Parts: sequence; structure tokens; C-alpha cells
Amino acid sequence: MNGVPLAAYIGLGLFMFTTGVVGVTVRKNPIVIFMCIELMLNAVNLTFLAFARYQLNSARQSSEQIQHSMMAGQMMVIFVMAVAAAEVAVGLGIIMAIFRLRDNVDIDEMNLLRG
Amino acid sequence: MDKAFHFAIPVIDWTALLPIMIVAVTGIFALIAEMFRPKHNNNLIVGVSLGGLALAAVASALSLQQPSYTTAAELFLRDSLGTVAQLLILLATALTISFSEGYLRNKRIPFGEFYPLVLWSSVGAMIMTSTMNLLVIFLGLEILSVSLYVMAGMSRSEEKSEESALKYFLLGAFASGFLLYGIAFVYGATGGLDLNVVNAVWLRHEASSHTLLLFGFGLMLIGLGFKTSMAPFHQWTPDVYQGAPTNVAAFMATAAKIAGFVTLLRVVSAFGALHNFWLPALTAIAILTMFAGNFAALVQKDVKRILGYSSVANAGYVMVAIIAFGRDSSLGYGTVMYFLLSYTLMTIGAFAVVSMAAKNRRESTKLEDLNGLWRRSPFVALTLVIFMASLIGIPPTAGFVGKFLIFFDALKTDQIPLAIVLAVNSIISIYYYMAIARAVFVSDSADVEPDTSKPSAGVAAVCAVCAIGIFAAVAFVGPFVGLLSTK
Repeated sequence: MNGVPLAAYIGLGLFMFTTGVVGVTVRKNPIVIFMCIELMLNAVNLTFLAFARYQLNSARQSSEQIQHSMMAGQMMVIFVMAVAAAEVAVGLGIIMAIFRLRDNVDIDEMNLLRG
Repeated sequence: MDKAFHFAIPVIDWTALLPIMIVAVTGIFALIAEMFRPKHNNNLIVGVSLGGLALAAVASALSLQQPSYTTAAELFLRDSLGTVAQLLILLATALTISFSEGYLRNKRIPFGEFYPLVLWSSVGAMIMTSTMNLLVIFLGLEILSVSLYVMAGMSRSEEKSEESALKYFLLGAFASGFLLYGIAFVYGATGGLDLNVVNAVWLRHEASSHTLLLFGFGLMLIGLGFKTSMAPFHQWTPDVYQGAPTNVAAFMATAAKIAGFVTLLRVVSAFGALHNFWLPALTAIAILTMFAGNFAALVQKDVKRILGYSSVANAGYVMVAIIAFGRDSSLGYGTVMYFLLSYTLMTIGAFAVVSMAAKNRRESTKLEDLNGLWRRSPFVALTLVIFMASLIGIPPTAGFVGKFLIFFDALKTDQIPLAIVLAVNSIISIYYYMAIARAVFVSDSADVEPDTSKPSAGVAAVCAVCAIGIFAAVAFVGPFVGLLSTK
């Protein structure tokens, strides 16, 4: 199928997801951390679309079932993007609220809560 | 026109969706009521919210006896587990709302927007518990979580509250990423988003789908483990509970947990054929969770942090019940749901008592801040002792029966190590629960001016309902478990 194998998409998705996870754990700025989370979600979307296109167990299914399966994966991507947008709205609001309180959003200085 | 767009419009049984829709619409009404509220009280909003929740509970309870069925193109599942979980979520929401008004006023954050948010959050929790479709589970989880992020940061002038909101938000979104990546691999293996087909696909024994399903299950477990605060993903729990407003922490510790555990129960049983792989992993997680929660709680000085670690430990107990159910589904859902019922009553009760610490915008929840509560209100102090006794698991409380059922299930499915760890942890937990109960009876230190304010009617009512419920639930254990049997 056009020369690009499924494994390439999954591999790229895995690389993006790992980059996101590493970024979340090492970066200090909440906005950058949030960008890394978005990268993870984009890896998820890419994986969904690749699986929807290639249909691993298509041999057992009628063409109608395959159509439904493809639609399921593609709709999931739409929902993930919508939810990610809602999360951005709330997340940036929280980061703004913190910035107003202390003029600084560095994660390392968030240490009021510990026991 | 493309053939892919020829879909039959699904038949929707609206009565199955009624409880969820009632709560969602009540949220809208509460928002409208907020515009007309007088400056000095939110009683109208509280009344509208509680009325809507009661109506939804009636609609939910009426469908209890029906056989289970799916509707809306198999997106929505109505079964006894989902309905009982919805009732528990409605109970937790109603109890939270009941003691919120007095608390928010003492903290000087009497925002009317809190009530619609908590209602919509419980809509998300209810959606999550009533489906086998991964897309719907994800949407319910996000509806639940996004409202919770806002509520955790509701006390905008307090750095603690904002810090907890940011921590909860970043870790929650991070966990959603793992859950979604797991769903993507399950989709790749099964070609659909329905959990019911997973076992059948696994039993075909194809190497490629085995790899994908295992990878997907592991990632989903990490995502759900974050949400239900399983060790080693539990670090956020005490921080967030400590910083968030007390009523929000009570809601997080109960409604959000119920939804998470019911989803985990459905996922684990849907992956039943993979038990060779998940049994050792989940056993290790359950043991680690119980010990991590209990040992960390021993050294805490803040009541809300102790309750946070206590909720981690309780997550470990629920995990034991879920493992037992995953091994033998004829045990029924009764054990898990009964434990969650008792956990809801005692946890919300304890948080309601702690909410009395707030006054004049300030709130300190150290153990010594509970001192003198006995003189402030003997009744509330007494109910707190009942909640602690139930959390420890002293008969004849619901907490004892819940733990006993889990212990018994673990023995029946040959999970002897889990049963032993559960018993040992119950003993460890006596120490810190007793510390809370003891703090109530110590007198104030002489140099502090004693606080003599009485508990608000809401706190007193919630304490009474929870304390009575803890004893009443013991009497109804037989019918409750019978209702949720899967035989």
C-alpha cells in the first residue's frame, strides 16, 4: 500500500509518545510540559489513523464491518482533538491563576504541598 | 455518495439515559439559578441541585430490576453494576453538595458556579460507569476530570489550591495520554472500540494481536492506575487532596474513585483471557498500593493528607476485590460495590468533619487543629469516631463488612498472599485512624483562643446521614450483594 508500511507509522507514533513522556518528566515549565502532553496525544491520533487505514484483521470481516471499523478509529481522533482543546482552555486558565499569585510558574517552586 | 456515510440511525432507549440527562439538565438549571441568586446565599442553587439529584436517583432506582441491555448502537450499557454505581455517585454528589455551602462561605469563596460544575462532573462519572465502549469511557472520564481541575483551583487567592489544581491537571492529562495510547492499541488489535470482543480476539492466538493487546492493556492500566491512585502512580493524591478545597477533595475521593474502579473492573474482566499476564502485575500493584498508602500515612501530620493516603490504601483493598472478580466472575459485583458504598459514607463523613476547620478565609487542617472539637460539637466528634472505626474495620460497621467480603473473596479465589496483606494493612491503619479520633478529644492548648462556632446544619446533616448509613448498610448486606450477583 503506497510503500509506507504500518510499522513506520506505529514507530513514528511510539517515538513521538516517548518524546512526550520524557519531556513531561524533565521539563520545568508547565506550558512546555503541557506541549509535551499534546505531543503524546498527537502520537495517539497518528496511531489511531494508521490502524484505521490498515485494518489488521480485515480478512475476517465483510466490507461493511471494515467501513464501520475505519469510521470508529477516525471518529476517535476527532473526539481526542476536541477534548484536548477543552483541556487547553482549563489548563492555561490554571497556569494564569498561578502566575497572578506568584509571578512565576516554575514547577520546582511548587512545593507548598508536602508531608 | 460514499458508502462509509450510509449509517442507520441508531435506536435510543431514552429511559436508560434518563438519570444522566436529569443531572446534566439540573446543572443547567443550577447555572440559571445562579444568575438570580441573592448576594448573601446560594440556598436556591443547593435546593435545585439536590432536587435534581433526588429525581435522577429515583429514575435510576426504578430500572434496578430490569435485565441488562445496550442501547444507542451499543454505546450505552444498562446493567445492575452501572445502575448501582450511578446511585452511589449520586449519593456522593448529594452529600458533597449538602456540606459545601457552609464551608465555601467560611472560606469566603461562595461561588455559585461550584454547583453546576460538581453536577456535570458527576455526569461524567455516571457515563463512565455505564458503557463497554472505550470512546464513551474516555469521554466520561474527561467530562469528570475537566470539571475537577477547575474545582480544585476554585480558591483562587490561595497558592495551595492553585498548586493542587496544576498538579492534578498535568498528571490527569498525562494519565489520559497513556489511557488513550492503550485504547489505540486495543483498537488496532480488535478493529473496534468495544471491550466485549477483546477475549474473543485474544483466543484466536495470533502473535500480532497478542502483542498489541498486551501493550494496550498495560498502557490502559497505567492511565486508570493514575486516576484511581494505584501505587506507584499515587504520589499526586495526598498533595491534591491537601491543597484542594475540602468539599472538592471529598468529591474526588469518592465519586471520581467510584467511576475509576467500576471502569477498571469492566476492563479487567473484559481482558479476563489474559489473566496469565495481568494476575502477577495486578497482585504486585495491589500489595504495593496497600503498603505505600498505609506506611506513608503513619508519618503525616495533616488530616487531609492522612485521608489522601487512606484513600490510596483503600484503592489497594478495592484492587484485591477486582482481582478476585477477574479470576472468578461468578463472585458477582457485590463485594466491590459494597466496599465502595461503605468507603463513600465514611470518607465523605470524615471530610465533612474536617471542613469545620475553615473560618474567615483561613483553613488549617493539621491534626492539632481538630483539638477541642469535642467541646465545639460533641455530636460531630462522636460521628468522626464512628467514621474512623469504620475505616479501621471494627464490627459492626459497614467498613468491617466490606473488608470481610473482600478477604473472603480473596480466599475463595486462592489469592492467599493478598488476603494476608489485606489483614496486616488493616492492623497498620489502626495507628493513624486512631490518631485522628484521639485529636478530637484533646483540649485546645491554653494560648489559643478556643473556637466555639457550631457546625453548620449541612455538616451536621451529612455526619448524621453517613453515621446512620454506616450501621444501616450492615443490615442490608444480603439484598445488596444479591442484587449485584452475576450467577
